[in-house]
Amino acid sequence: MQLSDSRVIAAPRSKVWDSLLSAEVLKECVPGCQEMTGSIEDGFEATVVQKVGPVKATFKGVVSLSDLVALESVKLSGEGKGGAAGFAKGAADVTLSDAPEGTLLTYEVDARVGGKLAQLGGRVIDGVARKMADQFFENFQNAVEPQDASQPETSDEGEAGDEKKGWFKRVLGG
Amino acid sequence: MPKDSGIGASSKRREDVRFLTGAGNYTDDINVHGQTYVHFLRSDIAHGRIKSLDTSTAEAMPGVVKVFTGKDFEGVGGMPCGWEVTDKHGAPMQEPPHPILAQGKVRHVGDPIAAVVADSLEQARDAAEAIDVDIEELPAVIDMKAAAQDGATLVHDDLKNNVCYDWQLGETDDAKVNEVFANAAHVTTLDLVNNRLVANPMEPRVAVGEYKRGTDEYTLFTTSQNPHVIRLLMCAFVLGLPEHKVRVVAPDVGGGFGTKIFHYAEEAFCTFAAKACNRPVKWTSSRSEAFMSDAHGRDHVSKIELALDADNNFIGLRTNTFANLGAYLSTFSSSVPTWLHGTLMAGNYKTPVIQVNVKAMFTNTVPVDAYRGAGRPEATYQLERVVDKAARELGVDPIALRRQNFITQFPYDTPVALTYDTGNYNGTMDKLEAAADLAGFAARRAQSETKGKLRGLGINCYIEACGIAPSNIVGMLGARAGLYDAATVRVNATGSISVMVGAHSHGQGHETAFPQVVADMIGIDESMIEIVHGDTSKIPFGMGTYGSRSLAVCGSAMVKATEKVIDKAKKIAAHLLEASEADIELKDGQFSVAGTDKSVAWGDVTLTAYVPHNYPLEVEPGLEETAFYDPANFTFPSGAYACEVEVDPETGKVSIEAFTAADDFGNIVNPMIVDGQVHGGIGQGIGQALLENCAYDENGQLLSASFMDYAMPRADDVPFYGVDHSSQTPCTHNPLGVKGCGEAGAIGSPPAVVNAVLDALNSGGKAVDHIDMPVSPSRVWAAMNG
Repeated sequence: MQLSDSRVIAAPRSKVWDSLLSAEVLKECVPGCQEMTGSIEDGFEATVVQKVGPVKATFKGVVSLSDLVALESVKLSGEGKGGAAGFAKGAADVTLSDAPEGTLLTYEVDARVGGKLAQLGGRVIDGVARKMADQFFENFQNAVEPQDASQPETSDEGEAGDEKKGWFKRVLGG
Repeated sequence: MPKDSGIGASSKRREDVRFLTGAGNYTDDINVHGQTYVHFLRSDIAHGRIKSLDTSTAEAMPGVVKVFTGKDFEGVGGMPCGWEVTDKHGAPMQEPPHPILAQGKVRHVGDPIAAVVADSLEQARDAAEAIDVDIEELPAVIDMKAAAQDGATLVHDDLKNNVCYDWQLGETDDAKVNEVFANAAHVTTLDLVNNRLVANPMEPRVAVGEYKRGTDEYTLFTTSQNPHVIRLLMCAFVLGLPEHKVRVVAPDVGGGFGTKIFHYAEEAFCTFAAKACNRPVKWTSSRSEAFMSDAHGRDHVSKIELALDADNNFIGLRTNTFANLGAYLSTFSSSVPTWLHGTLMAGNYKTPVIQVNVKAMFTNTVPVDAYRGAGRPEATYQLERVVDKAARELGVDPIALRRQNFITQFPYDTPVALTYDTGNYNGTMDKLEAAADLAGFAARRAQSETKGKLRGLGINCYIEACGIAPSNIVGMLGARAGLYDAATVRVNATGSISVMVGAHSHGQGHETAFPQVVADMIGIDESMIEIVHGDTSKIPFGMGTYGSRSLAVCGSAMVKATEKVIDKAKKIAAHLLEASEADIELKDGQFSVAGTDKSVAWGDVTLTAYVPHNYPLEVEPGLEETAFYDPANFTFPSGAYACEVEVDPETGKVSIEAFTAADDFGNIVNPMIVDGQVHGGIGQGIGQALLENCAYDENGQLLSASFMDYAMPRADDVPFYGVDHSSQTPCTHNPLGVKGCGEAGAIGSPPAVVNAVLDALNSGGKAVDHIDMPVSPSRVWAAMNG
């Protein structure tokens, strides 16, 4: 699936750019990110917990940055394997430009899922991908804008009650 | 008066006692001492090259007995295809290897890469997650027309393209066909899709393999419709085992619908692994696994053209179909879009010139094979949709147009290789018109209109070729098997009878219906007869159950064997009665001497056969006979169906208000079972027409792999059915005069439903020509709103 959107961030372009390249900021912004290690140059290894429809899984994968044009644009790519849950892949082309209120951040996301995620979560994947992208950039905005922004929500794990977990376990056969 | 026993009686299904009380013995109920469990690691991408496969971590995990990969199977054969189709240029079909576990490449989501055998299923699953496999993803071939293009990515690197075969039937001279169409007064053309389906029997597939070192014997318990076919294919083509050392048992099977005909990799795996691990190996498919490993059904994309003369006579028919075979050739997949499909394109009509063209394609999807009807629903759907469209274009009554073109003289040689032995299509249509009260339709439509609903009437006729099949004919057409069947009638000393049959019952009610036949022939109570099926160590070599063949083929073998038993019993009776054998008559279980009051009971004769003290010297003791029966022709059930729907013009929601089936099944043994078979078939057909769709995305991800997304019909999706099978033209070439009823409903109902929806829309002033199945509310609404 593909989606694109933009948002204005109340911060200068240089700060937005630096934040985009910051491992700490990325870790904070990737929804469901439990762990991230690595560097801009070598890419990051990440562990992300996500839920798509009835399938919740821990994805281990890599996040890499490419096509860097300083202060202008960067491509963020990620690929995660969730074992029996299948896989997810995505890339976001991010472009920065000046805006009266600060910096205009435009992004185009292309995301794919496979395996059980596609089989069971296919119906809801578009919505989930949109929500994840929105959440990422909202987290990013909160992290970058110099204000008393509330702590970004890193995952919606709290929504999954015992009953849902039980259902998920059954789907994956325990 | 309906009979209360024997042929024609609605005897209650005796097998239901165990099925309805939870006392069935299904394959998953079978647990063997010391058994292990296998979990298959399956590909989650549609097409890719395996760069590395490391099982070392998995092998070291708790409970793991052994981890298998494609390497372990390099010394054995692959899964065979049972039918070689020859293309229109005389070349054999392209037949790529179909390995048990992936060899270098994965070709569909669900393709097994490795298998973990462990002490428990949970341990096997955990270990499978620890297998490190690196797959280079390749472009997926999903769309059939794109797959046929030059330069398309190849599903199989060693084939010249993705076309398995380019096949033709009927008129081979294109110029002649073109001329018919050029001279036609009217040509109706239709492009349509026969949607891909998943059979979804209630019981998923299961296999348990067992090996006994002491005797070098194997046993495979499996969910199969044909245990002898599985044993032959597995022994001769896959594992290279001697048949006499292998026993295949298909116990109670919870529905097959065709998808349990085929020999699957998991069956061969469990048999092979049982020896390799020296422990029994059990596999139980999960529902998710079933969606991506059971052979799918249908999936045709067709263009059909019908030429009519100025008097509305059908003068020519041409079809061009792309048929999806999936990534590999399943056991009988090649026969479905060809000899089980093209041969039916004449339908009930005397169209003189017919040309059928089929391109069968390999794609990165689950293999496609026979599903209830197998090729015949696809043929009927095309034909009956185009006939219906022609009637609308010409402004003529769809029933009148059909009647005008019906075949009325039998036997009839079609232009597509079949000889219909008998039928009465006008008579069956008369039955339908009465049973469905078609005269009252206008009033019902007016009533629906007062509720703001559009009511439509859809008519459909079908013919099917069942009772497959004469072995010599199918052999000429490429079948790599004979299609006879066999039965052994074993009379016990006290007169009860065990009948060992090659057919397999998995919902058809053989255990009830078959005894009705034998009981009738001898004149004893049905309860004295038991049917034994599903175990190669007990039954004669039979070809199993599919294609509505059981009663017509195996039932005929049973009749022949029973006749042999009766002949021998008469010799014994003649001896006991001191009369000539020619004078002995058997009636109501009594052998009597014609014209006298001397008689001896069935039980006395059977006891004498086993305690032969006073016995004819030239007759062998015992009373047991076997017969094999190879049919002389296909059987040709036919019928006329009427479906009435209401369409809600606000939402596009279709509800089926009435469904009436008039079928000609020839003679009928158990009318209640036949009703049930028709009900079930129509239910599945309605599922295809309104609800079911197996969907892939452009990357080959299977999107509809659970009952959340794959909509099975539920009780409130189907109406109470009207079923009439009083139109009976008995089959002319089998001893029972029976034709087969198992698939009729699934063949006849989809076009009836779609025709009804289009009639409803057109009655409401919406000029809609066609909507592809499933006719979902969104599709109907979109069609209505341009």
